[in-house]
Amino acid sequence: MAENKKKKVRARTPMPHQDPLERGKNFKEVALGYSREQALVEAERCLQCKKPLCQEGCPVNIDIKGFIAHLVDDELDEAYKVIRSTNSLPAVCGRVCPQETQCEGKCILGKKYEPVAIGRLERYVADTYAATSACEAVADVPTCASEQEGVKVACIGAGPSSLTVAGYLATRGISVDVYEALHEPGGVLVYGIPEFRLPKSVVSRELDGLRALGVTFRTNWVGGKTVTIQDLFDDGYQAVFVGVGAGLPRFLNVPGENLVGVFSANEYLTRVNLGHAYEFPNYDTPAYSARQVVVLGAGNVAMDAARTALRMGANEVSIVYRRSEEEMPARREEIQHAVEEGVRLRCLCGPVSFHGDNQGRLKGMTVQKMALGEPDDSGRCSPICIEGATEQVPCDMAIIAVGTRPNPILLDATPDLALNQWGYIQADAETGETSIPNVFAGGDIVTGAATVISAMGAGRRAATEIARRLL
Amino acid sequence: MGYEILVKEALIPGQTTLMVIDAPQVAKKALPGNFVMLRTSENGERIPLTIADCDKDNGTITIVYLVVGKTTAELNTFEQGDQILDVCGPLGNPTHIEKSGTVVCVGGGTGIAAMHHIAKGHAAVGNRVIAIIGARSKDLLLFCSELSSLCPEVRIATDDGSAGHKGFVTEVLQDILETEDEVAEVVAVGPVPMMEAVCRVTKPFGTKTTVSLNSIMVDGIGMCGACRCTVGGETRFACVDGPEFDGQAVDFGELKARLWQFKEQEGESMKQFSRECHCHGGK
Repeated sequence: MAENKKKKVRARTPMPHQDPLERGKNFKEVALGYSREQALVEAERCLQCKKPLCQEGCPVNIDIKGFIAHLVDDELDEAYKVIRSTNSLPAVCGRVCPQETQCEGKCILGKKYEPVAIGRLERYVADTYAATSACEAVADVPTCASEQEGVKVACIGAGPSSLTVAGYLATRGISVDVYEALHEPGGVLVYGIPEFRLPKSVVSRELDGLRALGVTFRTNWVGGKTVTIQDLFDDGYQAVFVGVGAGLPRFLNVPGENLVGVFSANEYLTRVNLGHAYEFPNYDTPAYSARQVVVLGAGNVAMDAARTALRMGANEVSIVYRRSEEEMPARREEIQHAVEEGVRLRCLCGPVSFHGDNQGRLKGMTVQKMALGEPDDSGRCSPICIEGATEQVPCDMAIIAVGTRPNPILLDATPDLALNQWGYIQADAETGETSIPNVFAGGDIVTGAATVISAMGAGRRAATEIARRLL
Repeated sequence: MGYEILVKEALIPGQTTLMVIDAPQVAKKALPGNFVMLRTSENGERIPLTIADCDKDNGTITIVYLVVGKTTAELNTFEQGDQILDVCGPLGNPTHIEKSGTVVCVGGGTGIAAMHHIAKGHAAVGNRVIAIIGARSKDLLLFCSELSSLCPEVRIATDDGSAGHKGFVTEVLQDILETEDEVAEVVAVGPVPMMEAVCRVTKPFGTKTTVSLNSIMVDGIGMCGACRCTVGGETRFACVDGPEFDGQAVDFGELKARLWQFKEQEGESMKQFSRECHCHGGK
């Protein structure tokens, strides 16, 4: 009997992708999404466990079992409602969440077979659902919850954590204004993650959904400059959520780092994504196309930068990383996509210095060969220098993707806000409340650079507490 | 929705323009030394421009720009009543202003506009401000009358000698430093070679010298690091650590190289803009 059951488990439905050779030359989305048939077949793999572990693995606690059950019955609207009741950005999460370590990582099927493709199903539901009435979908009423007279909340920064706060509070009738420093809301979703991984049209659809719920976006407002937290309370907001992201890029502190041609990943990706440099000169923001590009770092941002450089016309792109492929912090799928597209992994190499020509332009770098030693505090094998073993790597562009530090603008303007030892905002783990009453914080400005979904989880916890206090 | 242009005045026709823009939230907070990031259209680039003046009561800021590339050329096609798509600010640290005695403010070219706002701040706290302004010729000098109303002394240098001293602002500065008893600070705003030359002049006198760096910026809010410069051997970001720094510590050579890095692309943008303007009959 048990034997029979095992045989019935179908293989995970593969995701259709754009051909690697084609996609390396365009900015169109790489993963194409399930068809209706593929989605239904995959949904049927779900065992509908009595105790769904997948939901525990999800930072925003989506009723995964519930939405998949509706999908199996081909009730798309219902499935969408289930997701949207806890997740303001399903089309984004379906694309960029590290499902393998969260929901899918806990899927019981994954113990013997491959887990249910929860992320792909979430994406299918969000993409397919015609978002005609965001209110109806989320609040289960034809119009939004009746407005709570005089209750208003401000969010600073319009990235994933604030969008989650806004979505949750808006469905409960609370008026939310989101203050964003850049000219477009979305935060890392618009300036950081490239079009081929998360199309801007998907983000703007999610933002339109929030607007339909009554959320207002005020762009070009810099938290700490144009408006301070005190200004917001003076303006009558009863609570403020700070979701300003991790901000300032880190550099390597090696000689030659300010040569022309050495970029931070933030600059490079912001130029290409927010500034549409890939459509230059129809858009005005420029970015170079280089022949040989090196990317320093091996996280998701590094993969995004490398794959972007390739699409911008580079002949050769390599990731320089001081440990081995095994230790790379990026998602497996992103590394695999990069390699398929032609990105070279130059492992066990650490940056020593950059060299320029007499015009101050980058022409190469020196790297130190490394070997792997004993595991360190992070549990990963530590890199050890191989004495005297250096190598010259010719390059005319280098992109530094080694993380970020807290942005000082809002923090300097708010001296009362307590910070932790790393300079990030100290916030209560349960509620997100900071040292200033009714000021909440979440996302990268609390945790340091992390994932979209963990920022959303923090937003959801803060929003729940804000709603509890104000309603 | 945008930011309405209330006044447009060609300070130097076809070259330098002044605009008064309706931006109450920026004006409310703006201080001398601050800048804004501005974008003209959906396909446009974000560029930094110094706030040359602000009127908190009327909710306006004043910008002065030199037409150098596509964005400023496009901005120059806008007229009074038109809307600028994005004006974000005020950004950067304001000028450090305290009562300190005599302050010499040196401005070159379009930099005179930003220098004017700083001079105004120093005058407001009771400092004795000596202004030195320079340009190629008399017709290219800005803010002469405004500065005259703020400063007991406005000294002029022109390359062709059509007004004031024939030569560079640095020669006038040298003269002042040699004759004045106590100069608390020299502030220089203008082209990089000018600021560099000012620092060379002040160095032997040991006078505190502040320069305002006009690095390339993408976001202007400390997110991209495009504006990084080396000051005192350390990497600093002009947008959040500056834009003003101790001039003696700045690596001007690196700053120049970084400022020119997109020259080719800027040229291409400009060429396309001129072509388009031409086929639509120009503006």
